[in-house]
This record gives sequence, structure tokens and C-alpha cells, in this order.
Amino acid sequence: MSAERWEHFPHEADMGVRGLGATLERAFEQAALALTAVVTDPATVTPLERVSLACEAPDTELLFVDWLNALVYEMATRSMLFSRFEVRLQGHRLSAKAWGEALDIARHHPAVEVKGATYTALKVALQPDGAWLAQCVVDV
Amino acid sequence: MDLAKLERRSEFEWRVMPFGRMRVPGVIFASEALLRQMDDKVYEQVTNVAMLPGIVAASYAMPDAHWGYGFPIGGVAAFDPDQGGVVSAGGVGFDISCGVRTLHTGLRHDDIEPLKKQLTDTLYHAIPAGLGSTGAIRLEAAQMDAMLRGGAHWAVDQGFGEATDLERIEEGGCMRGADPSQVSEQAKKRQRDEMGTLGSGNHYLEVQQVTDIYAADIAAAFGVKPGDVVVSIHCGSRGLGHQIGTEFLRRMVISAPGYGIDLPDRELACAPIRSPLGQDYLGAMRSAINCALANRQILTHLTRKVFSQLLPQSRLPLLYDVSHNTCKVETHSVGGRPKELFVHRKGATRAFGPGHPDLPEALREVGQPVLIGGSMGTASYILAGTRASMQRAFGSACHGSGRAMSRHQALRNWNGRHVVDELAGRGILIRSPSSRGVAEEAPGAYKDVNAVVDSADHAGLACKVARLEPIICIKG
Repeated sequence: MSAERWEHFPHEADMGVRGLGATLERAFEQAALALTAVVTDPATVTPLERVSLACEAPDTELLFVDWLNALVYEMATRSMLFSRFEVRLQGHRLSAKAWGEALDIARHHPAVEVKGATYTALKVALQPDGAWLAQCVVDV
Repeated sequence: MDLAKLERRSEFEWRVMPFGRMRVPGVIFASEALLRQMDDKVYEQVTNVAMLPGIVAASYAMPDAHWGYGFPIGGVAAFDPDQGGVVSAGGVGFDISCGVRTLHTGLRHDDIEPLKKQLTDTLYHAIPAGLGSTGAIRLEAAQMDAMLRGGAHWAVDQGFGEATDLERIEEGGCMRGADPSQVSEQAKKRQRDEMGTLGSGNHYLEVQQVTDIYAADIAAAFGVKPGDVVVSIHCGSRGLGHQIGTEFLRRMVISAPGYGIDLPDRELACAPIRSPLGQDYLGAMRSAINCALANRQILTHLTRKVFSQLLPQSRLPLLYDVSHNTCKVETHSVGGRPKELFVHRKGATRAFGPGHPDLPEALREVGQPVLIGGSMGTASYILAGTRASMQRAFGSACHGSGRAMSRHQALRNWNGRHVVDELAGRGILIRSPSSRGVAEEAPGAYKDVNAVVDSADHAGLACKVARLEPIICIKG
């Protein structure tokens, strides 16, 4: 089974975020790191402050987009970046904690603002190697 | 794109004849060279849009079309409410009413040159740009609703700009039918500190000079001549528009089966125009249009303050303000009869021809200015709507050069610092809070804007009037 990891994949105008992990929860957490990495290097974000989030959707793929959009909203309204995540799933209900800190333009050099997660290239699936994959394109 | 799948109707018009669930043909306006470069996803998205209920005439793509969400960016589609037509949150996009406005300055290139660096730094200081920047005003609930109802009118009432600006903005600066009660508290919260901010990504403020004139009579009516300095501002409805897009896309995806709509792609999320959800979205989306118009109006005011401080002889009246991501109710001729349609333009500009009643009197004879943004270091263009453009794609034209490669690829090809230095060597001063953002937006990551504009002109979507080159660029 492959280790937990995140990556970006290309979209002509924007950016794809992808998380891989042994469970669906870990894949969602990794994708959240990929989301942060669209803006800045996650290694520069200190997990100082904790924020709790919850969402619910009719299916797992919509739930994944809701999860990323909940983070986009917290990033925008709190002016924060996040670098550590803990996701719990119960059916199509998600509760999570995200740790991060206030955006510091001089230190984080934010590249771009994420407008929202989209349903483009959206996929949540168990891979042949036994790892879970969660991905979609985010609009920047 | 594989040209074998298309039927060539003229040098710049290509058709996809309806197959499968397509209700109308797909039409792409582009030169053969631009079409060959277009992603196959554009073909797929053009044909998907053609499957939506109530679509009229065709699903169109402009010469700058590229892979978008559901609709291609550079997509145009009109829907008839009498035929079960839909309104699509995906067809408008996240950055509702993102657009460009161009201001005259009354200055010549020689007036700017001695002050160029100072002007660049002062603009960069005055214009909030990039992630995490906030505006000078914070809107509380009552003011927020007044802004969402009033648009640029509200901004002028607050002291941002002049009443004479309003006639040079689509809808006279205020989109009717806005319903702030359909805008969620979350969307309003996201906007509270973002009025008068540029945003990030491809948004910018540029000081430009006019280099070429192609249609002297129209240029004279627009008030531009070679050597003139103008200012162009590209930005949208900020966090409020993004949140409205996110929320309604979700609601429309979930409710589509209930409305009997089988979506070919979730991102085409839509609802019947004559449904509660369709009406709720229209009320919210029109509020976001007003937010974008108010935002560009505040940025105009900030720009004028900088110019009056450094160049007191300057005057910055508005040439025009266009919106790119909208759905608007317009009357068009269908089968020789006037018909009220809901026209979606996603990364496309309205391009009304001469004589259109919605144009201000001063421009009615010559047609609507169509402002085409370039990317840092490349040219921008001013075009004009023509009588022919009304017959092509419901009075629509391209909106910019359109990306040619992903941000991912751009980061591999360029380094932000080098891009800034190389442009400085060509006399173009760039200021941006983000070096990586500059690399992702490198001029080479975009299609050739000259080729896009030539295709729009030859296809009869709009006619070329003037070419602009950047002098200063404040990049979000």
C-alpha cells in the first residue's frame, strides 16, 4: 500500500489537488494539504491555532468538495492558512479539526487565492493498490 | 483539437453537428491555427452545453476558448424560458461579473516617463492586491445589502467616482433584479473586508499606451489616439461571488434530477429559469454583478487619487466597463422574431452592435467598446461590437488571450524574478506581492492575444479598434 501523500495535477486554467492515503479520512487530509500548497509551501505554516469544521452531503464526492470549500471559507474569512488536519467520517458526515496560523504575507508569499473547489476531475475512489484517492480541480 | 470532428463553415467558423443528446449544433469561432491548439476538452464542453434544456440556436465558443468548468471559458449559450430553458451557476462561473474597465488619463506617454517608477510604487501602495489584502472600508449588514442592490450607483453615492461614470458601465452601473436576501451570510462575511481589492490570479491594474489604431472613426468616438495613456482594471466580485458560485453550484447539482435534468457533467449544474431555485440564483448572481461593479468603481476612485496626486493635469473619465462572467436577460432575433433570452457568457464579453438601445448615446452610433485584456507584458485591445456580431453569437466576443498551459507547467518554465526583470528590460514595470504568482501568470503561459483578436475580428464577432501596450502592471 502506498504511503500518504498529496500532489497537484494540471488543469489548463487552474490547479488540481489530489490526496492519497490508506483510508478515506487520510486521503481527505492529504488533499487539504494539497489545497494549502496551491497558496504556499505547507512547511512554512505553523499549526498554532485549531479550527473545527463539519459538513454533510448526499454522497462522498460531494462531501469531498464540501470539505475543501469549508477550508476555503475558513481561510478567506479568518485570513488563515492550515497545515495539519484531522478528519473523521461517519457515512456522508464529516467532522474535522484544522490547525494553522494567521496568513503572514511576508513569510508565506501567497501565490494565489483559491476561489472554490469544483466538480471538475472530481473523483473519490479506492485504487487498485488499496490506497484511497480524493481529487478535484480548484478555481484560482 | 482534432479538426476531423468539425465541419468548416468559413475560414473562422467551425461547427459540430448535433449528435446524441445535443439539442443544437456547437459553433467554434477561431482560426485553424488557434483551433489546433485548443484542448479537446473544449470540444467536449461545447457539445455538453448543447445538451442543456431550452438552449437556443447553438452552443458557442469564442477564439480564446479553453478548458473550463462545465462550460468552456470563452463559452456563450442562450436559453429560452418558454422552452424549459435553464440558468446555470456553472455557466456563469465562480468569479461572477469579473470584468475589465478602461479609463482615459488625458496624458501622453511622454508625461508618464519621468514619473514612471514613482507612479508604479504609489499605485502598488494604494491598490490592495493579492491574497490577504483588505480594502479601506468594512461593510456592515445594511450597507452590504445597499451595495448589493446598488452596484456602482451605490459606490458613487458613497463618494467613489462620478455620476458620469455610470453611463459607461453595462446596465448603467446597477444590475436590476438583485435580491440580497438570496445571498448567504457566509458570502457576505467573505466580502466584508474585500471591497476595493484587486484579488489575485490573473487580476491586475495596468497603465497602458495606445500603439495602433485600426478603425479611426470608432477610435475617435471612443476618444483614443496613438500615444495616449489609459488605465485598465481587471477584477471581479471577490469572495462574495466565489461563495455564491460555490453554494448554488452545489444546490443545482443536488436538485437537477428533481427537475428532470440529466446533467452531462456535474459542473453544468443548472435549474429551470422558471423555478424557485433558478429565481433565487438570479437574485443572488445579480447581487454579485453589483458587487463587482461597485468594486471596480472603488478601485477607479483609488486610481484617480494617485494620478491627481502625482500628475495633477490628468483626468480619468471612464471609457467603458465590461463584465465577463454573467447571465443576462436580453432581446435577440430568433427566426426573425424578437425573443427574450437568458444569455450566459462565461469568459466572454458582450459586444452589442451600433444602434443597440442599451448603449449610451455617445457610443450608440459606433457600437459597444469590447475591452480585451492581455497578460503582463502582452498587448491588450479595444474592439467594438458590430451589426454582424448580433447575428453571430448573440452579440458576444472573446475576453482575453486565454491560457495556453497550466499553472503547473508555467511554474516549471518560468521564475517570477526573471519574468519581472525581463519585462523591466522592455520598459514594463511589474509589482506583485507574489513571485510565484508572477511565474504562474507569465506572458508565455497565454495564447497569442494578437491571434485571438484577429480571429474575433475576421469571424465578425467584433471589429478591431485599438491596440494597447503595458507600461506598468500591478498584479494581484
